[in-house]
Amino acid sequence: MNFLFRYANPHEFMRLSGIILPFIAIATALCFAIGLYLGFSVPPDYQQGTTVTLMFIHVPADVVAEFAYGAIAVCSLLSLVWRHPLADTAARAAAPFGALFTALAIITGALWGKPMWGTYWVWDARLTSFLLLLFLYLGYMALWNAIEDETRAARACAILALIGLADIPIIKFSVDWWNTLHQGESIMSGKIAPVYLVPLLIMMLGYVLLFATLWMVRIRTAILERRARNLMREAV
Amino acid sequence: MSVFTTLLLRDMRLAGRSGGSAVLALSFFALVATLVPLGVGANLNLLSRVAGGVLWVGAVLAALLSLDRLFQGDFEDGSLDVIALSPLTLELTALAKICAHWLSTGLPLTLLSPLLALLFNLPGTATGVLFISLLIGTPAVSAIGAIGASLTLSLKRGGLILPLIILPLLSPSVIFGAGAVSAALDGLSPGSALGLLAAFATASVLLSPFAAAACVRLNLSS
Amino acid sequence: MMISSLTAEKLACVRGDRALFDGLNFHVTAGQALAVEGANGAGKTSLLRLIAGFLAPAKGRILVKTGQGESDDAEERGRLVGWLGHLDGLKPQMTALEQLLFYARLHAVAEADLPALLAEVGLARQAELPCRYLSAGQKRRLALARLLASRRPLWLLDEPFAALDASGQNLMALAMASHCGEGGIVIAATHDPLGLCNESLKL
Repeated sequence: MNFLFRYANPHEFMRLSGIILPFIAIATALCFAIGLYLGFSVPPDYQQGTTVTLMFIHVPADVVAEFAYGAIAVCSLLSLVWRHPLADTAARAAAPFGALFTALAIITGALWGKPMWGTYWVWDARLTSFLLLLFLYLGYMALWNAIEDETRAARACAILALIGLADIPIIKFSVDWWNTLHQGESIMSGKIAPVYLVPLLIMMLGYVLLFATLWMVRIRTAILERRARNLMREAV
Repeated sequence: MSVFTTLLLRDMRLAGRSGGSAVLALSFFALVATLVPLGVGANLNLLSRVAGGVLWVGAVLAALLSLDRLFQGDFEDGSLDVIALSPLTLELTALAKICAHWLSTGLPLTLLSPLLALLFNLPGTATGVLFISLLIGTPAVSAIGAIGASLTLSLKRGGLILPLIILPLLSPSVIFGAGAVSAALDGLSPGSALGLLAAFATASVLLSPFAAAACVRLNLSS
Repeated sequence: MMISSLTAEKLACVRGDRALFDGLNFHVTAGQALAVEGANGAGKTSLLRLIAGFLAPAKGRILVKTGQGESDDAEERGRLVGWLGHLDGLKPQMTALEQLLFYARLHAVAEADLPALLAEVGLARQAELPCRYLSAGQKRRLALARLLASRRPLWLLDEPFAALDASGQNLMALAMASHCGEGGIVIAATHDPLGLCNESLKL
C-alpha cells in the first residue's frame, strides 16, 4: 500500500525551496562580501588592535551555533507533537552544521583571545559553554546514526534535543558560576562601538543565511536520497 | 509491599547478583583515584586542590558503568513488556529503577569517597563537603543517566554512546559538586554550591522519569 | 476486573513503511478464544501488541467493554492484559519461586498459593532453582504460571504452544480452556493445534 501523503509535503518543500534557494545563496554571498569588506576596513580597536576583525567572524558563528540548536529543538517539537514528516529530516540535517559552526566559534574564539590572554585557551565561560554545546551536537548525531529504525531514531533524537534544550540554560549558568569562582577573563566586554555594529550585523545576517542555505540544500538532498531508496526498493 | 517497592527491591537484588554492580563501580572509582596521582605526581598540595574535581568525575564515570543495562536487560528478555502492563505506570517504573540504581551504585560510591579523599590529602571539612555533595548529586547522575539508558535501550553497543549523550547534560552536577569542595578548601561557605546542586538534583529526579518513560514507550512500540 | 467483550473496528497497522493490515474487524466476547493465524511477518505479533496498547493503530480503534463501561483507552486496556509473548520475561539469576513472587506482587495479587501454582504447571521441584537452569519448556511453563498468577481477564498469547512438549501443550490448552470457562478472553497467535479456539482470524 502506498502512503503517498508522505511525499506530498516533501514535494511542496522541494518545489518551494527550489525557487527560494538561489535567492538565499546570492543574498549570503552579498552579505559576506559587504560584511567582510566593511569588517576589514574598520579602524583598529584601541584595545585589541587589528585582531578585532576576528570578532566579525567569531560572534556570528556564536549566534548561528545557538540558533541551529534552537532550530533543531523546534523541529523536534514539531516532530513529536504534530508528527510532521519533514521535521525529522530537517532536524537531522541541521545538526552537522550546528556542530561545524560551534567548532568554528570555539576556534575563532581561541584565536581572538590569544593576543589578549597570551594563550589559546583560558577556560573562559563562553567558550567552555560552546565546548559543551559541541558535545551535545555530537551526542545528538551519534544517536541518529546508532538507532537503525528511522522512526525510532527520529523520536529518540527529538526527545534528546528537547532535554538538551532544557538543560542548556542550566549548563550555561553553571559554567558562568564556575568561571566567576576562578576569575577568568572574557573576550567580549560589553559595548560595541557603533562603527563595528553595522559590519557585525551584516555578517550575522550573512552567517544565518549561510546556515539557511546549507540546511536547505541538505534537506533537499535527504529527500532525494529517500526517494531514490524507495524507488530502489520498489524496483526489486 | 507496594508495587513500587517490589520493583525497586527486585532491581537491587539483580544488581547484587549479577557480579555485583556496586563492586564494579567501587573498584573503578578507586582505580581512578589511584591513577590520577600516578599521573600528576604525589604533590599533596596539588592533589588536595584537584581532589574535588577528580573524585567527582571518577564517581560519575563509575556510576555510568552500569547504566546501559538499566532498561536493556528487562527489554531484551521480555520482562519490560509485563512490567509495562502492571499497575505501575512507566514513569513510576523509571523512578523505581533510578532509585535502585542510586542505592546500588551512587550510594556505595558516596560511602567510599571519604576513604579516597584520604589518598588526596583532603582535609576534614572538605571531605565532609565532598561526602554531602556526592550524596546530593549522585541521584542526579542516576536520573539523567536513566534518560540516556532509555534512549539507547535498543542499541547493542549503546554503552559507548550513553556517556557521550549524558555527560554534557550532567556537567552542572560536577561543576557544583566540585565547586562546593573547592569552596570548603578555601575556607568559604559551600552553601550556595550545595544549594544549586540540590536544586539541580531535585529537578533531575522529578523530571527524568517522564522523559525516560517516554523513551521506553517509544521502544516498546517497535 | 471482568471483561465483557473486545471489539476491533477498522484496525490498521503500519510498521516502518509497510502496512501490515487494514480495515480489520473482529469481536470477542467473554468466554471466547480467538486464534490469530497468518504467515511469518503477517502481523500477528503486531496485532497482539496493538491490543496490549504497546503500539498505536494507524487507523481504527479497539473497544473494550467491562463492568465499568466501554473504553478505547490503551492504558486502561493494558491493565486488563495478561501477556505471554515470544519471550518469557524471566531473569536467569532469580529462582522460579522468586520470579513468581515478584510478578504476583507486581500485579498486586495475593501470593498465598504460589507453590501450589508451581505444582500445577509441573514445576514443584524447580521452585528453588535459578531460572538459568530451566529448560525452554520449563521456562514456558513458568511463564504460564506467571500468567495465571496475574489474574488478568484478557489473555494475549504469542505462539503459546511453542517450546512445549505434549504434556506442556495439554497444560496450556487446559489453562486456556479454564480461563475462558471463568469468563476470560483469550486471543492467541497460533495455528491452534488443539482446535479449541471458537473463532479464527487470518491475517
